[in-house]
Amino acid sequence: MPEGGIQAPPMLDAAVAFGRVLRGAGLRVGTDRLVEFARAIEEMDPSRRDDVYWAGRITLTSRPEDIEVYDRAFELFWETGGGAKPKPRPKIRLSVPQPDRSVMPPKKTVEKNESGEEAVRLRYSPVEVLRHKDFALYSPEEFAELQRLLADLRLSGALRKSRRLEPATRGRHDPRRTLRGAMRTGGEAVRHRFRKARVQPRRVVLLCDVSGSMAPYSRALLRFLHASVVAGGRLEAFSIGTRLTRITRELTTRDPDRALRQTAGAVQDISGGTRLGDAIKEFVDRWGQRGMARGAVVVIFSDGWDRGDVSVLAEQMQRLGRLAYRIVWVNPLKAAPGYKPLAGGMAAALPHVDVFLSGHNFESLEELARAVAAATERGG
Amino acid sequence: MNNASGERRGALPSGVSHFRELGVRLREHDYLADEGLSTAIFLSLKLGRPLFLEGEAGVGKTEVAKVLSRILETPLIRLQCYEGIDVYQAVYEWDYARQLLHIRAAEAFGGEDRERVERDLYDREFLVSRPLLQALEHRGAMPPVLLIDEVDRSDDEFEAFLLEILSDFAVTIPELGTIMAERPPVAILTSNRTREVHDALKRRCLYHYIEHPSFEREVEIVRLRVPDAEERLARQVAAATEKMRTMDLYKPPGVAETLDWTEALVALGARELDEQLVEATLGSVLKYREDQQRAANAGLAALVSGVGGAGRDA
Repeated sequence: MPEGGIQAPPMLDAAVAFGRVLRGAGLRVGTDRLVEFARAIEEMDPSRRDDVYWAGRITLTSRPEDIEVYDRAFELFWETGGGAKPKPRPKIRLSVPQPDRSVMPPKKTVEKNESGEEAVRLRYSPVEVLRHKDFALYSPEEFAELQRLLADLRLSGALRKSRRLEPATRGRHDPRRTLRGAMRTGGEAVRHRFRKARVQPRRVVLLCDVSGSMAPYSRALLRFLHASVVAGGRLEAFSIGTRLTRITRELTTRDPDRALRQTAGAVQDISGGTRLGDAIKEFVDRWGQRGMARGAVVVIFSDGWDRGDVSVLAEQMQRLGRLAYRIVWVNPLKAAPGYKPLAGGMAAALPHVDVFLSGHNFESLEELARAVAAATERGG
Repeated sequence: MNNASGERRGALPSGVSHFRELGVRLREHDYLADEGLSTAIFLSLKLGRPLFLEGEAGVGKTEVAKVLSRILETPLIRLQCYEGIDVYQAVYEWDYARQLLHIRAAEAFGGEDRERVERDLYDREFLVSRPLLQALEHRGAMPPVLLIDEVDRSDDEFEAFLLEILSDFAVTIPELGTIMAERPPVAILTSNRTREVHDALKRRCLYHYIEHPSFEREVEIVRLRVPDAEERLARQVAAATEKMRTMDLYKPPGVAETLDWTEALVALGARELDEQLVEATLGSVLKYREDQQRAANAGLAALVSGVGGAGRDA
């Protein structure tokens, strides 16, 4: 419902100018919030820095993460009297090869230009080849192809009973609906109604290592994740490197390449080396313990190289294990011949892991999807 | 029906026209709010917008609603959210048992006017109102304070429904029609961030993130809320909890824990903190075994040391 007659508050121009600065800094502020901001300033003293600061913070931010961005933008705006352009966000690019359509071998052209063996070889089901090919060996075109394959694959957590009840043909007696039905038949409960707990997929939380050595694999995995988020799954995603960054929001953009670029913008520590134990601790402290990890399927995607203290990792994995429904560890090194998870972080973490997978090619991503959806009890 | 939107403004307590005056009022009712929180509450009352509060457990989010209801001298209506909460538990439900009795009674006493019996069945008197409807139906000089606690625990469906209620402050009951608030309730929403609440819902609200208080403020809070605690003890407790918050604990103590701890100490007749007392009462401030271990490893004596009553004046 609109609030009374709409008239432009006097402070609106200043608010809009500030809104531009905020948007430049990466904060989502809609017009409705700017109007609210303008109203708020009127109730305060617009010449007092703190008043304007709080009026803005209360009306324009909506998450703790926003506050840091807001502070920077406010500083800039206030110091320069509102005329300054915001500093552009540092642009860090995740080196996602852009699918270049001109390079893609369209099947028809191949058929026309080439003849005999060559054409046949190219037409031999690329899907089968890609399924087993290591992501590290993918060409840009193959990544584009992977995108299509992933469209059919979803990460969806194992089912659990929700506390929300729904009508059912049998189950618990449902007095509300039974009596309601009885109203229509003169107070006689002719038909009894029942209800039962609805089942719902568990939340899936992904912690994705974005350090240098993992790049080709995390790229494939992030695409996988993006496809699942867009499909509406209950997913949360974090990148881990030198610090923990929540990237769920960035992954909700529909265009996968744009989403990946945004993710790259959000992750400041690509290829910076990993402190696994610290990152997992930060996750459990800030998100996991409060509820995000409770009863969830947690997928950790990492090669297990921890630059930090390995005992921290062991302790944090144990904590995580107590909260999560199951923990799936995906380590592309597992596919390497002769690899044994004996060293450092991987050895420390493994006792707390329920399922250990490789995730180096498409086939193993299918395996991951199955492991995440599996409702079997622990001990996989 | 009243024009709710026209009445939006002005749920401020009488005599308050500036956020500082509100801060004073809050203080008179034993709640110490810093400038940010006072401003947030002030604007929420003034602009008639719901206030969305986030922060660590125990920083006093729920307390804001309670103190507001005391200041405004209006009832506090609380809706505790949980997974699976639905309209029947949050808004209204027909009292089917009584409706049945009504039919039986009508039959027994031979009231043969069937249509009328059926019409009466859906009369207001057979409706059980739950917190949200209570808040909308309230009539009085001041709108009630509606506390929607731990919104993050409910699910998407319920969130979408809340969004509707908080936009229109009205609810439609098919059998009765639309019930609209005379004046929008003072709505306070809290979240512990176990999951991200939908943007659309937050966009309806003003937002404030409550931090742990500064040392001086926490001392003041302790003095205000546990008047039996002596100044020296209050300062020592506040200093010790402040240290604990830098200890990298799983659950750093909030103000609620500071107060619990002080009360425990006062109950033991403590006038000053020492190592033995800390050991004996640690469970009232640190509630994870690992956290107690960590504090013990760091040395409980360290929590007490360096905090003279007079030594910490800022």
